[in-house]
Amino acid sequence: MSLKVSHLTVRSENKILLNDISFELKKGEIIGLMGPNGSGKSSLAMSLMGHPRYQVVTGSVRLDNKDITGASPDQRAKSGLFLAFQYPSAISGVNVRQLVTSADRPALQVKRRAQKLAKNLGLDADLVNRSLNLDFSGGEKKKMEVLQMDLLKPKYAILDEIDSGLDLDALRLISDSIKSSSAGIMVITHYPRLLKLISPDLVLILKSGKIVKSGGKEVISRLEKSGYSKL
Amino acid sequence: MSRFAPVSSPTLTPSADYPLGHSDSVDYEFKSGAGLTEHTVRQISAFKHEPSWMLNLRLSALAQFNHMPTPEWGGDLSPIDFAKIHYYLKPSQQSVGDWDKVDSRIKNTFDRIGVPQAEREILAGVKAQFDSEVIYSSLKSFLSKKGVIFLGMDEGLKQYPDLIRRYFGKLVPAGDNKLAALNTAVWSGGSFVYIPKNTRVDLPLQAYFRINSPNAGQFERTLIIAEEGSSVHYVEGCSAPAYSEGSLHAAVVEIFVKPGATVQYTTVQNWYKNVYNLVTKRARVEEEGHMRWVDGNLGSRLTMKYPSCFLMGRKATGETLSLALAGSGQHQDTGAKMYHLAPETSSQILAKSVSFAGGRTSYRGLIQINPAAAGSRSKVVCDALILDSSSRSDTYPTNRIFNSQSTVEHEATVSRVGEDQLFYLMTRGLSEHQSETLIVNGFLSPIIKKIPLEYAVEMNRLVDLEMEGSVG
Repeated sequence: MSLKVSHLTVRSENKILLNDISFELKKGEIIGLMGPNGSGKSSLAMSLMGHPRYQVVTGSVRLDNKDITGASPDQRAKSGLFLAFQYPSAISGVNVRQLVTSADRPALQVKRRAQKLAKNLGLDADLVNRSLNLDFSGGEKKKMEVLQMDLLKPKYAILDEIDSGLDLDALRLISDSIKSSSAGIMVITHYPRLLKLISPDLVLILKSGKIVKSGGKEVISRLEKSGYSKL
Repeated sequence: MSRFAPVSSPTLTPSADYPLGHSDSVDYEFKSGAGLTEHTVRQISAFKHEPSWMLNLRLSALAQFNHMPTPEWGGDLSPIDFAKIHYYLKPSQQSVGDWDKVDSRIKNTFDRIGVPQAEREILAGVKAQFDSEVIYSSLKSFLSKKGVIFLGMDEGLKQYPDLIRRYFGKLVPAGDNKLAALNTAVWSGGSFVYIPKNTRVDLPLQAYFRINSPNAGQFERTLIIAEEGSSVHYVEGCSAPAYSEGSLHAAVVEIFVKPGATVQYTTVQNWYKNVYNLVTKRARVEEEGHMRWVDGNLGSRLTMKYPSCFLMGRKATGETLSLALAGSGQHQDTGAKMYHLAPETSSQILAKSVSFAGGRTSYRGLIQINPAAAGSRSKVVCDALILDSSSRSDTYPTNRIFNSQSTVEHEATVSRVGEDQLFYLMTRGLSEHQSETLIVNGFLSPIIKKIPLEYAVEMNRLVDLEMEGSVG
């Protein structure tokens, strides 16, 4: 049971953004993905979720052995893949409950769980009834992404800079959520702080569209000392 | 092909068939020949055993109709051939109050548009219009006891000729515009509503209109009188079956809102894509009266409709919530007009439109604040959502402000559904169509919230159906 990425090469508008990426995210495991600005971290997240702007040149993505390399975003979601966005879109007139209910989840259950999850994440209860992400603060948006992950219960989740702009308390709440999830989770971040809280099973370093380093937690401390240039 | 379609798998084009596009065969007792002559008008009036003043009104309206040019502003009306239209149809069945007695083929039509279900549930009274006659009517007894009149216009004229004569055509005279003249000459059906002083009708009064014959013009006439301190909510829903030849719907609605009275008039319009929907709607609002138009236009080939409020008394208020959805081959030219004629009057217009698959929406609005209307306020908000590059939206606001002690605000936004917004929703497991529909329903929700629940549900469902097959 895993999300298996094999030799994935991706381009967008004739520019190669990701080059021969391979890794395996097992159910229940956590992978930390780090890398300098522009290294292709978000491109990888978007590609795995099937954004039409990113075209797969070679390679494959398999979710629990099912090939989803060419699947549409909703098919991937239905197969159990989730993406928490770095910049979530605002949807006027649609609240998070309506969104999740539209994705074939029972309304009453969604309502109860959304309220409970909001409380656990320290989110104002009113936010689950308001237009999604419209006039939300940066922290509220990030928490709302985590809330959606917990509501949709994916098998595998990619969290793209879920920690940017969060204060320490919020960071702790979100890391608790990540640790208690049964999904396989890839955490994309710039900061060692979150990774230290969740202690990932594997750390990958992406540079210029390639995985240049892969290892355990020791990679994080080495990175903290000498930065990306030495890798 | 859709941007989000799975790579290297065939995409099926969803059917865009009109879900209510069925045509039942019904016997008509009388069908007037095509074209409009004095003979036709006399025939209609004779069939209805009308008083002579009504016949005279019809005849003078006919003369005005013949002399007036077809409007050239707004949408394109040139394809309408007035000589090819049947101006009166009478199904071979009289108006009945008992559902069991209604002809089964007619019932079949109603079943498909949902009237009996609605009736069983919460309706205060149903006037269902099948072509030109009111066939089925019911009115809960408590309404009659309160002295509320809710009848088909033809029946109303028979029972209350003097009352109707006092108000009929006083707000929308025949000479107002060519289509109003046409309606006055050949009107048939519609509703007559009278709410006595200080009477509040808590349940909405509902009417279903439907065109069921090729080239059948439908010219219903509705008159609502809300006496001092009364309140009422009237709801009309329209649905027409599929026909290849153009149909014309030219209705007139007149509403008298007396001092302190409150009237809401809600329309859910879903005419088939060949219907020209040209309607004149006007309300006269006296001191501290409130008028609210909720005007939802989803169907038709061309709709031109600008519900108006004449704010005649101090502190009268007028509100229009206008919703328009235009898909392939459709033009929704809609909006509102507010005339401030007394001090401290206020008005508000919220117009939201969605255009997709080559459709066109136009907002056309007028705010006029007269010298006598000192201390008046008006606020206009129009938001347009455009789904693709082949669709279009325009705004034509007119403000005429004749005193310096009034305020007018105007806000307009145009937005597009972005790829990133669709992608975001799809990553949550929604199909591209579901995602677009959710965005559109969310955009329209401030207006949909203001209409009764069962219509709100229908409206959401209609938006969903209308947008099916629009993706790509």
